[in-house]
Amino acid sequence: MSDAPLLSIEKAERVFGGGRSLFGQPKPAVHAVQDVTIEVRKGETLGVVGESGCGKSTLARMIVGLDAPTGGRIVFDGRDLVAEAGHDLRRLSREVQYVFQDPVASLNPRKTIRTILEAPLRYLLDLDRPAREKRLGELMDAVNLAPEFLDRYPHEFSGGQAQRIGIARALAADPKLIVLDEPVSALDVSVQAQVLNILDGLKDQFGLTYVFISHDLSVVESVSDRVAVMYFGRIVEIGAGKTIFRSPRHPYTHLLLNSAPAPGRRSLIAEDANTELPDPYNPPPGCAFYARCPRHTDECNRAVPPLAGAAGDETHRAACFHPHESK
Amino acid sequence: MAEATATTAAQKPAKKPKGRPDSLSLLLNNTLATAGLVVFALIVLAALAAPLLPLPDPDATAPADRLLRPLAEGHLLGTDALGRDILSRLLWGTQVSLLVGISATLIAAFFGSLIGLVAGYAGGRVDTLLMRGIDMVMAFPYILLALAIVAVLGPGLLNALYAIAVVNIPFFARNIRGIALGLSRREFVDAARLSGKSNAQILFIEVLPNVLPVIIITMSTTIGWMILETAGLSFLGLGAQPPQADLGSMLGDGRKILFTAPHVSIIPGVMIFALVMSINLLGDGVRDVLDPRLKSGALTRPVARTAVMREDVPDVTPRPDTVLDVRGLKTEFRFGGEIYKAVGGVDLAVGQGECLGVVGESGSGKSVTAMSIMGLVPTPPGRIAGGAALLDGEDLFAASDERIRKLRGSAVSHVFQDPLSTLHPLFTVGDQLVEAIQAHQPLSKSEATAKAADLLKVVRIPNPAERLKAYPHELSGGMRQRVCIAMALADDAKIIIADEPTTALDVTVQAQVLSLLDTLRKEKNAGILFITHDFGVVSAICDRVAVMYAGKFVETGTTEEILNSPAHPYTAKLIDCVPVLGEPERRLDAIEGRPPVVNNLPVGCAFAARCPRAQDDCRAAPIPLTEMGKGRTVRCIHPLTGDDADV
Repeated sequence: MSDAPLLSIEKAERVFGGGRSLFGQPKPAVHAVQDVTIEVRKGETLGVVGESGCGKSTLARMIVGLDAPTGGRIVFDGRDLVAEAGHDLRRLSREVQYVFQDPVASLNPRKTIRTILEAPLRYLLDLDRPAREKRLGELMDAVNLAPEFLDRYPHEFSGGQAQRIGIARALAADPKLIVLDEPVSALDVSVQAQVLNILDGLKDQFGLTYVFISHDLSVVESVSDRVAVMYFGRIVEIGAGKTIFRSPRHPYTHLLLNSAPAPGRRSLIAEDANTELPDPYNPPPGCAFYARCPRHTDECNRAVPPLAGAAGDETHRAACFHPHESK
Repeated sequence: MAEATATTAAQKPAKKPKGRPDSLSLLLNNTLATAGLVVFALIVLAALAAPLLPLPDPDATAPADRLLRPLAEGHLLGTDALGRDILSRLLWGTQVSLLVGISATLIAAFFGSLIGLVAGYAGGRVDTLLMRGIDMVMAFPYILLALAIVAVLGPGLLNALYAIAVVNIPFFARNIRGIALGLSRREFVDAARLSGKSNAQILFIEVLPNVLPVIIITMSTTIGWMILETAGLSFLGLGAQPPQADLGSMLGDGRKILFTAPHVSIIPGVMIFALVMSINLLGDGVRDVLDPRLKSGALTRPVARTAVMREDVPDVTPRPDTVLDVRGLKTEFRFGGEIYKAVGGVDLAVGQGECLGVVGESGSGKSVTAMSIMGLVPTPPGRIAGGAALLDGEDLFAASDERIRKLRGSAVSHVFQDPLSTLHPLFTVGDQLVEAIQAHQPLSKSEATAKAADLLKVVRIPNPAERLKAYPHELSGGMRQRVCIAMALADDAKIIIADEPTTALDVTVQAQVLSLLDTLRKEKNAGILFITHDFGVVSAICDRVAVMYAGKFVETGTTEEILNSPAHPYTAKLIDCVPVLGEPERRLDAIEGRPPVVNNLPVGCAFAARCPRAQDDCRAAPIPLTEMGKGRTVRCIHPLTGDDADV
């Protein structure tokens, strides 16, 4: 791992809606992502965990340029992507690629696998036919699929195979960073392990950097070097994976870890606890987790807590006024 | 032609193991569409053959022979007011009408689809501008608009063609725009964008092929309408100009002498009728074949209860201490000539207040097992082929439809995976709960409402009286699932069949719903049949577990036994796949290969092909379920013992 970050997100913000209607009425706005600052170093895997609606997919789409932030900057390898992707997505796509959650929906049902995989080779790398043919073989080999599959259609594949094709497509342009948005959530556990192992191998083989987004804590723990926990559009805790899972500081991270089902463990959580997210159109003035938090005080409802480092470990930061102390 | 299709139909199953009939034989299955096709083909052939047939010149007048009746010598269908041969004019006219109708359809389809594609893909301001333009065209009555266009351009067949094409552009544009709008938000479009394709490339290379069937469907259903419109304009004298024959102008010519010489107008009228009718019938058939929604079986409406056609009925003497007792359950699906044995002999028993988990990969038959019990598997194509399901000793497969209807939702109730699609979006949750209560209990509306509020309290929904007035979309996912659970408890269920009830929920919500189900089954003393793919969830709630593979249970036992010392290699492998929180270093072991397809199961063990311990005897004969201790069974002849379970 080198010191210069490959990707640095500075105070990124994405607001949906907003503006004014024809008659000057303000339209309601939702902050999907707010004040997110993350650095990803070359060669590491950053896990992003959060529940549905926390803004993790919006963050992912902004990194790959499918969506533009309404505030802040996303800098990749020293270049400001926000400014670039607007008029030329291709330059960004050569460096940063994306793996979708639903493997089958992300493949055009009327195209053969060959056509799908050739697209990035042709449009991003401008390869000629023999070079494409050679690269296709390498790609199929990398994701452990037989080359005969190239002439089949997506519906002929199982979920796991389709996801491997999705990964091959992301690899095709030889990117430096791959954003994986819930890459194994739609798969059976047996297949999930296959895909995770392949991802692991590819990372070493091609020197890739991953941003791995998932709601599944155990999956994130098994793949990530560092982990960011998101809640209601903000990062509430970020740090080395091991530290976060061993001694979480934010009460929300605690709740997540205690809720995760694990073989051989009964649930630890009360069945009538409040699980409601705050109203996104009318966000609370202070900490978004206030209403659900067992440690809340009046202070939490007045101001948004900043991300602050732990006593002995400046890299383990939590956005909480009353964090659990590191053990 | 019939012969040719018969042979292709016969060859198909051999070529395609799925046995799904191809498009042409599907179309020919539809009698009306086939009739339409035959009539249309005959008319087209006749019209095309007009120059070759020994017909008199259609425009040659012969005042001496005017208004001859049909079957007159030399004039099979008689002559018109100017003595022109009607048969000849009819065939030439049909040719003109067909040509104009088809060209107008093509023009309208091209421009309409283009506008629709661009509007749907671009969205935003472009969409608004284009669609408001289309709305303006639609605001005029079509005939008025066509008249206006013809008035500007002057009468003539070609101008009529333009007018009809323009009038029909909105029809295509609106249809295609809707489809394109949906497709443009799909993930494969994002993927294409990241592959470096430009907007035009995405629109025409990615989106268009997916829209094409809809364009063809729309064309096949509009072409008849276009021919009618052409005829209408020609009838008014704005289309084909004399002496050119066209079905509409022939009709117009005959109008004045309708009573003296009815055949002059009736013959082209019948031709228009036959042509348009045949095209419409054929168009409907084409739509049925191509439309994916209809193809997926929406036209074959399943009956209210799964057909029971049991080849073998097991002994149904009740066992004590069980509420639900399923014995030798076999459920099959029949597609074409293939039989898919989704459930191939399952025995399970759930006692009072007990929770039995059924774990398996997708396609293992766990949901079909659960749905079979109350006859919820759609028929056709599903059917129960054997076994029995005893509820307190009563054989559910032998019960009357009326009895099953009574039991559904009362003694046996279901909780499904997606609460948003289970609840009706247009009724409040209160209405739906009251309906569920009143279906089984003779309560007045106010009593039922009070009971509904109690039920919401039981599932720990705060402020129940207020929440009854909420619509499903106003509740969070967890709250919705609680409403579904409340509904399942509406009439003192003995068994709750929960099919992946927490899979669609977030982890924190999942944990709560699981604890709630766990508490409720103890409070209400109800048994739960819990279907899931997640061993973590199983540990949270289930007393006993059955592991399912390729339609059969491969291992059953208590949750602790199964998790700590799995005996079947499949169970062991499946547990090894699951990443465990707090053990990030653990290497995940994937199961190589894929589960077998259930229409072609091997003779021996279905897992043998993927099993590291498989030997020749595993593949030789069916493996029975053997007892390994109290309540512990395994379907394996080389099971893992405690010593090598860790290996």
